[in-house]
This record gives sequence, structure tokens and C-alpha cells, in this order.
Amino acid sequence: MKKIITLNINGDDYDLAIKPTDFLVDIVRDTVGLTGTKKGCNIGDCGACTVLVDGRPILSCLTLAMSVVGKKIKTIEGVADGPELDPVQQAFIDKGAIQCGFCTPGMILSTTALLERNPAPTEEEIKHGLAGNICRCTGYVKIIDAVKHAAVLKTKEGTDVR
Amino acid sequence: MSDRKFSVIGTDQVRKEAPDKARGEAIYADDIRLPRMLHGRIKRSDYAHARIISIDTSAAEALPGVKAVVVGSEAPQKYGIVPQAPTETAMAIDKVRYHGEPVAAVAATDPDIAEKALDLIEVEYEPLPVYVNTHDAIAEGAVALHEDNKYGNIAYQARQEFGEVDKAFEESHLVIEKTYKTSYVNHVFMEPHSAVARFDDNGDLRMWSSTQVPHYLHTMLSKVMDMPMAKIHVTVPNVGGGFGGKGEASNNELIAALLSRKARRPVKVIYSRREVFLQHRGRHPIEMKVKMGVDKEGYITAIDYDGLMDGGAYGAWGIIILFYTAAMLHLPYKVKNVRFFGRRIYTNKPTCGPMRGLGGVQPRFALESMMDELAIKLGMSPYELKLKNAIDKKHVTVSGVHVRHSEYKKCLEEVVSESGYLDKHGKLPFGKGVGLAGGYYISGTAYTLYMSYKPHSTALIRLDSESGVTLQCGATDIGQGSNMVLAMMCAEKLGLPYESIHVISGDTKNAPFDLGSFASRVTVAAGSAVCEAADKLIEQILPIAGVALGCRADQLAVGNGEIYSIYEKEIRMPFWDAVEKYIAAHGPLSATGSYTPPRRTGDFKGGNVGHSPTYGFTAHVAEVDVDTETGEVKVVNYNEAGDCGQPINPLSVEGQVEGSIVMAMGQALYEEIKMTPDGRLMNPNLHDYKVPTMRDIPNIKTLAVESYDEDSPFGAKEAGEGPIQPTIPAILNAIYDAIGVRFTEMPVTPEKVLAALAAKGQE
Repeated sequence: MKKIITLNINGDDYDLAIKPTDFLVDIVRDTVGLTGTKKGCNIGDCGACTVLVDGRPILSCLTLAMSVVGKKIKTIEGVADGPELDPVQQAFIDKGAIQCGFCTPGMILSTTALLERNPAPTEEEIKHGLAGNICRCTGYVKIIDAVKHAAVLKTKEGTDVR
Repeated sequence: MSDRKFSVIGTDQVRKEAPDKARGEAIYADDIRLPRMLHGRIKRSDYAHARIISIDTSAAEALPGVKAVVVGSEAPQKYGIVPQAPTETAMAIDKVRYHGEPVAAVAATDPDIAEKALDLIEVEYEPLPVYVNTHDAIAEGAVALHEDNKYGNIAYQARQEFGEVDKAFEESHLVIEKTYKTSYVNHVFMEPHSAVARFDDNGDLRMWSSTQVPHYLHTMLSKVMDMPMAKIHVTVPNVGGGFGGKGEASNNELIAALLSRKARRPVKVIYSRREVFLQHRGRHPIEMKVKMGVDKEGYITAIDYDGLMDGGAYGAWGIIILFYTAAMLHLPYKVKNVRFFGRRIYTNKPTCGPMRGLGGVQPRFALESMMDELAIKLGMSPYELKLKNAIDKKHVTVSGVHVRHSEYKKCLEEVVSESGYLDKHGKLPFGKGVGLAGGYYISGTAYTLYMSYKPHSTALIRLDSESGVTLQCGATDIGQGSNMVLAMMCAEKLGLPYESIHVISGDTKNAPFDLGSFASRVTVAAGSAVCEAADKLIEQILPIAGVALGCRADQLAVGNGEIYSIYEKEIRMPFWDAVEKYIAAHGPLSATGSYTPPRRTGDFKGGNVGHSPTYGFTAHVAEVDVDTETGEVKVVNYNEAGDCGQPINPLSVEGQVEGSIVMAMGQALYEEIKMTPDGRLMNPNLHDYKVPTMRDIPNIKTLAVESYDEDSPFGAKEAGEGPIQPTIPAILNAIYDAIGVRFTEMPVTPEKVLAALAAKGQE
């Protein structure tokens, strides 16, 4: 039997009929229709399905949808607020960190969470923070560049008087 | 080059699709949802080698929600990338040849129902002997996987001999003979194969798929579905990487089409990660017996190569890879005497195929390791030996391969100077070492069966004062950035901003013919087609502008969005005004271009590699730390110097090179698919099959040496497959420098290192 639950995704409430065994990745992609969250392995190895729950990166392919009721879920579609790209997204684009783009949503969300808890990470801290996200195109070099650049952009943004 | 002034070429442009990818709005095949779409799942065999006695699908068909079930006998037409020798069917018919081979498929309203239906399909098998290694498969009395194959389980074999090999060995100062083995590795692109098929009431098939080769998929669909090609339309959405693994039709594509026709509803078939490993087409494990000789000065006298390739269950790209491997012995060094013997063997494993740098990576590993060893035995620096033997700017091999442009020596010189190789080699403390290796790859060719076929690449450019520039080309962007490269070339030619070029690619109806994205052919082949089309457009526009400006057309040029006199600054007009005048006077303005690699004549041998118009070169230096306590090898620093001609987009070239290095590092140190004796995969997932993560990577520094191939579009060559060639031997040579152990098998795991150190200690 399905149950009706409410999930808060990217600031919006969605009333959803789900089975208790449904994983968050499938609900986000198939029921809600936010296909930016990717499925690369479906068993928690690759990081492509990373989303943020209350600001922390989790693997949505290993997370039951029921378990995140009442929490704030952020998917890649919720990273940019309107027409402006987020500095992390902009940094990934400008530094050539995006090739096939399949790992990109997970990488960007892991980066977002990393910079939230550590606004100026060292290279070792970046490697540690993103070790759970596999990329097969870039060799990671440009992604590390992008994270460093994003940290700079975000710091600048933080000091802007708006 | 400094005397060439480009406005777009050679600049770091941002890919136009990058913002969509950063926002999660880019559509991949699995993101497509059509009305009434069903979900297809594949029933796979429980045996690695068995006859199928019967298949009972009645219970599955009766399950509510199941809309179609198909079995192999419904699509008996064999297909394969080599049209003369097809070996595969959409699903197994009379026998299965690897564990996990498709035997039936179901389309249902829900993926869970489809999975449940698979459990209800009863298949009865009669098991046959299973061969998971080449020696067992070709042993006396082995059961042939393919009964119609003439030579038992030898799928293909080839011999080539150039020069006087035996005599050259006799006259050599030093000869080494060794056996090297490479491992069974998968591409591990991040996006599993995904396809959506839809039939309409005209009987037309539409397919969206994560393929590198829409053209080949198109032809295979036509064959398997027994339909005219004109009734099939293949579209490639964004693709999450391929590296060769999506370089031919895959079962899910054919099965989606079959299910869709039967159910008369759209059907999506996506793979799990395990199924990606079953579809495979990864690098051939090769057992290579190699003999190499040098004279007193270190010049190579001869190479003798005997390779046993483990091909897995089907033919696939096997014969092409066999011949590529043969050709790879002849470059990037001058070798006068070469003997090649290669066999590709059928085994009960997921099929091997094209993987980034195909044909080259395995022999490169053996040859570069051997040259390192020969140099050290001669008391010479491996750099000196390699530089001595390296080809010059132009070279013709004994096999008849024409290299029209090479800066390989420069690659060696620059990587050695950048890395400090000469200061470090043989001089670092025990446990630390550096290794040097070089390599090359073809650029702009495709395989020889298509030599007498239509042009390999075509492009159509339309100019319209309202809709702008539309560049249509069948080349397929799988994440490597070919749309960007082609748009940059078009922009440079037309003197317009890169952003203004709209590219339509990877589509068999909306873009003109192209063979697809493989063998590092697109930049040169499709790029040449684009340049030709753009040149024709300029030829058409300039006379119109000439009349408008009162100036001879041959004194006009395009640039900065204008048409201008190369002599008088004040004679100029906006580019688009000229286009508008042309269209007003003559009608629509468009032009096509095409490209076919030069076809060689004479006693040329060695597969289509020799038809390659040009070649990319690269040299690497790896620096490693070997932990003698744990056996772990850590690559700490990595330098590359590459000759990719003129980099079209330097940022993208770096991305290709860095990605290649890390991928090959995985093969050198971590990656290997393991099998049980009865043919099951033990690690078809990314937990147990270890690919490099961000924590594993060294400090990588790449550089593009000054290079410009005058006969290539904007001087460009390949950068996507050459740079994977030298990485494995560079790392293994560094390990030798660190601990004095020559590994001849990969991956070099901590267990192997510890065992080797222990054995060394006992000596």
C-alpha cells in the first residue's frame, strides 16, 4: 500500500504517494520529475545521486524517501536561485570541470556542503570532501580547480553588501 | 604558432551545454519520459556456457501490468560492427556464451512489475564446459562457442612480417624476451547505457540512446528489426561518457526496439551497473610474448610480438583491435624489422571491445617497459635510448604507415625537462622512483571496411539572417566536447563569435552522415568537413559583398562579424548584411563539406591505422612512492608533454589528457574484473571494482608542445586517446626505479608489491 507523505524539496512541499520501500532517488526523479539527480550505480558507490538533506550530502539511492519527511531536501535544481547561477556552478563551468556532466550534479552538491562547513578548504580537504563522488572524464584536476575557485567566489559574494 | 592569428581557435571557450549540466537540466536518455512509456527489463542467463533447451514465458505474460515479452528467436538476424562477420543476436537463441547474457525481455507498466515478471520466466539449460581463459578455450577438444566459426575458439588470427627479423636478432647486441599480461578492465563511464524506443502508426521507429555511434546503431537496428533504414530515426541526447563502451549497438537498444514494436508503446531499457559490466566491450586482456633487440648504441634492431587476446563471447570490434595492435608496434620509434602474430580467442566472458586507445595500450605497456630495461642494461638513460629511436617530423614505417607530422621528439625533450627526470632517475632513495614512456595514436581515420564507402564525415552549414548559423553534423558529443570543437572551427572560419554557432549533432535525420565518435577521428575528420562547408559559404558570400562594396571578391576577408578589404580599412560591411543580400538575390544559403581519409595504395599492411591522415604523440613521466611496509604504490607527480597539433580549446585538451592519465593509472594499479571458474563476475560494481577517486590522483602537469599540422583543420590532431598510451609503462618503469622490480602483469596491487619485495629479499 502506498502512503501519502510530504517532502520539502528545494523549498517546495510535494504531496507524494509512495511505497515504504521507495528510495529517494526514484521519488525525486520519477515521481517529482527532477531528473538532475543521476543514477550511476544505485548502490551507493558512485555519488552521482548525491542530494543535500538539511545541508548534509547523502546518497539518495540508499535513502528511503520515508526517512526524510520533515527535512529540507536540496537537489541540483535547487542550487541556483533563479536566473543567477550559484558560484559553485559558475566555477565548475568556468574551470572546465564539466565534461560529460553525469557526475556534475553530485559533485556540485558535495562541493556546496563542503564549502558550507569549510569555506576555505585545502587541497587535501577538497580531496577528502569529494572522495565519494566518482568522475571518469576529468581526472579530477579541473574539479579541484573549480572547488578552489568556488571558495574564492563564495567568499567574495559573502563580503558583498547587498 | 606565433605567426598564426586566430580569434577563437586556441582560446579557452566554455562549453555551451555546461550551464545546463551544472543546473541538472541537461537531458540524458534515462531522463526521457514519454506518454504510455513502459519499462523494459532483461532476463539474463544463469550459465556461462549452455544450450537453451526451452524458454517458458507464459507466467510472465500473464502477470498484470506486463505488456510484452520477447525472446531471442523473435529477432534471429545476426549483427555486429563488422558487417561481413556478424556474431551477435539481440538475445541468445540456441545457446548462451557468457553468464548474464540476455535470453528474454519484458516490458511492463512499472519497473518492479517487469522485475517480477523476469522471475516468472523459466529457462531450461544444458550446461557446456566453461572457458574463462584463452588457453582452456583453445585446448584440444574444447567445445566451440560459435559452431560456425572455422577455427574452433580462435576468432581471428593474423601474421605480418616486415624486414628480416631473425637476422636482425642474430646481429643484435642485446635481446630481451618476456611475457606481459594485461588485465580485464571496463570503461566505467558514469552513465549506464539507456535507450528509449517508440514506434508510430506509420511503422517508423524513433530511438533516443546513449550511444557514441548513432550511425552504427541505425544500421544495426535496421538489420535486427528487419526494417529499411529510412524508417528509423536515432537521436543522441546528452551522453554520460563512452570511452568506446558505447561504440556499437548494445542489447538494451535492440531490446527496447523489439519490445516497443510488440507492445506498440514507448519502452525504456536502462542498465544497472552490473549490466554495464555484462555488456562490457572493455579492454582485451592480452598475453604478449615480446622480443626486442638493440645494437650497441641502443638503436632498436627488431621486434617480435606474439599476442593472445582474450575476446570474450562475441566478435564485436575484435578483428579491428587485432589489426590496430599490429600497427601499434611500428611507432613512435623507427623499427626496421617487425614480426607480428596475433590471435583473438572466444571465451565465456562478457565481450571485450574498443576502450580508449584501443589496440595501443597493451603493446605500449610491453614495449616501453622493455625499452626501459634495455636502456638500463646498456648503461644508458631510457630517455637517451627513446630519443635516439624516436621518429623525426616525417616518417614512413616499414609497414607503409605515413606519418606526415610528428613532434614526438619535442614531447620527450619537454617532458623530461619539465619533470626533472634526468636528475631523479636512478638517484632517488629506495621506494621512490621515476619512469618515462611515450606513445602515439591515430587521428582522423575509421576502420578500413569503410574505405570505399561514402565520406566518413559530412557537415551542413546554413546561414540565415533570421535564424543565424546552424551547423549540422552527425558527429556525436559524448561529453568529450566535439560540439564545441566543431563550433569553434566554424566560428573561426566565418569570423563570427563562437556563441553564435548553433550545433545540431548526433542525429540520423537532422544531421548529415558521420561515422561517430571513436578512434579519435572527429576533430580531424568532422572538423575538415566543417571547414570545407564554411569555405564554400565564404566563396558564395564574398562576390555579393564585392558587388556591394565595389571591390574584388579576392581582396575580401571575413572577421569580427564583418567582410572587409585586406587592403583598404574603410571598405567593409557587416557579415550578416552580405548574407541578407545573398539570400534576397539567390535564395537560401547553405553549404556542405565532407571528409574521407586518404586511401593508401601499394604494399601497405596493418589495418586502417595506415589510412590515418595524421597522428598524435605524447610522452609521460611518472613519479611514484612505494610504501615498502604496505605495498601501496602512490603516484605523486605526473608530467605529460603532448603533440596534439594546434589545441583547438586548450582547456579541453588538458581535460582529455588528465582524464586519460587517471583512467590508465586505475588500470595500472587498481582495476580488474574478477571471475569465478564458472564464469560469474565477482565484482561488477564500483565498490569492489576500484576506479581512482579524487584522493588517488597525483599532481598532474600537462603541456602542449608547439605543433601545427599544416594539412589538418587549424593544425589540430587528436588528444583523447594518445595520452592514455604511455601511462601504464610510465608508472611501472617508475616502480622499477623505486624498488628494482619489473612488473609484467597489472594491476600492480599492494599484494603483488609485497610478494615481489619478499621474493627480492630472499634472492
